Amino acid sequence: MTDLSLDKNSNLGTNQTPAISIEGVSYNYGKRLALDDVSFQVLPGQFTALLGANGAGKSTLLSLITRLFDTANGTISIDGKSFASHGSKALAPLGVVFQQTTLDLDLSVRQNLRYFARLRGLPSSLANQRIEETLSALEMYERVDERIRDLNGGHRRRVEIARSMLHQPKLLLLDEPTVGLDIHTRRVIVNHIHNLAKNDNVAVLWTTHLMDEIWDEDHLIVLDKGKIIEDGTVKEILAKNGESSVSDAFESIIVQEEERLK
Amino acid sequence: MIDGLMIRALYGILYREFLRFFQQRARFLSALVRPLIWLLVFSAGWRQTQGLAPYAPYETYIPYEVYMIPGLCAMIQLFNGMQSSLSMIYDREMGSMRVLLTTPLPRWFILVARLFAGVAVSLLQVYAFLAIAFFFTYFEFLELDIAAIGYITVLPALILCGFMLGALGMALSATVKQLENFAGVMNFVIFPMFFISSALFPLWRIKDLSYTFYQFCTYNPFTYAVELIRFALHGQFYAEGALVVAVTSVIALGLAIYAYDPSRGLKAKGKRG
Repeated sequence: MTDLSLDKNSNLGTNQTPAISIEGVSYNYGKRLALDDVSFQVLPGQFTALLGANGAGKSTLLSLITRLFDTANGTISIDGKSFASHGSKALAPLGVVFQQTTLDLDLSVRQNLRYFARLRGLPSSLANQRIEETLSALEMYERVDERIRDLNGGHRRRVEIARSMLHQPKLLLLDEPTVGLDIHTRRVIVNHIHNLAKNDNVAVLWTTHLMDEIWDEDHLIVLDKGKIIEDGTVKEILAKNGESSVSDAFESIIVQEEERLK
Repeated sequence: MIDGLMIRALYGILYREFLRFFQQRARFLSALVRPLIWLLVFSAGWRQTQGLAPYAPYETYIPYEVYMIPGLCAMIQLFNGMQSSLSMIYDREMGSMRVLLTTPLPRWFILVARLFAGVAVSLLQVYAFLAIAFFFTYFEFLELDIAAIGYITVLPALILCGFMLGALGMALSATVKQLENFAGVMNFVIFPMFFISSALFPLWRIKDLSYTFYQFCTYNPFTYAVELIRFALHGQFYAEGALVVAVTSVIALGLAIYAYDPSRGLKAKGKRG
């Protein structure tokens, strides 16, 4: 397969390799179909919000994208490299922030980040430089030597985001990253991630239940009962459904889908 | 193929394992205190009654503490192997395992690297124990008769045994769904493995007492680990032990890799949303 590296300065709308491409992916838990022929793409620099009620299949989809689960039905490619042909190496351009804290509570912020940097193959000097840069961007560098156990939920979340950015991923996956955080911290994180997409051309896939985290220029995917029922920009989806807010549009889409299935 | 990423990642996994080990001082102390209690209390109590006639690899009558040392080294590695598997379950529940599994490293490498880190920690524990035992010998509290070369020749045996016990723990950790269930593993794996082996009594003496018990001991790979260490401490190679330990390591590691295969998903699946 040709290596089509992303040009970080390229503009949207050009013929770019999608940061992630999902084609015809299905997944079953026994007889229950959790994902049904799901296909979509996220382009570099695009902030994509993945909306869906509980049980819609979001977590299954994220587990497949992160290769915690594997499926023979469909293809997942990250930066043009599919799991089927590249195996775990296809995960190289991926940064992940899980909903659950995945930091080592007894280690310091620096130790956690150094550990991750080594897992991603960063030399020590580069790791130290990136640790300083990413933590500073999230106003966390002054706490670099504190133990994770001593940090509050918002600060831990910032450390996780900093960690996910250490290897400068082309695709950033965030699974409901602001759950349980106060309004100020939520706003800081939402702004920071939107800026990463806009300024650094990072593709973002963000799952959420909180509609105020989705901006008008974002790309929106609505998942319901394992199927994608909407895929477009927020503006397009609002116009199509004749609604003025994302939450009203979401409810309207779900109701329409239920009526269609009756 | 091993590449630069793997070498750095291995260093990272070792870095974290040692950081955690030194921060958990109680773990380090208990790893030392447990075998020392066995050595000082049991060997002191039994040395008068359990002196042993010469048999390979020993060339003369030996006091009981000399006999116990290899079993206690293996016991340290057994507990460390189970501790590592406990930490795998903890990492899985806490989510740290997800961070490892979402790196561009092959699944088999992640497990082998974790295993390697666990073995490195167990070596540190065993040598710390041997150093303390040497200290007691120097001040004539004990009569250990290990030649200086024995501390070197035992290293490959300890590495091999550490891999086997770590791999067994890893395979077990893949089958245990929750941290709380691991107490059962302790009772049903660690204690039978240790007691139904040649760690405390030589096989010929067990055979005299009960042939059935002797047979169970010969089916236990831990027996071969103990004997491998025993021979190696006296500068000798025990081929049968090395073979059994190596084959058991490969089988256990294979099972662990199979159990952590992404096509089957992790045992502890996350929420489904």
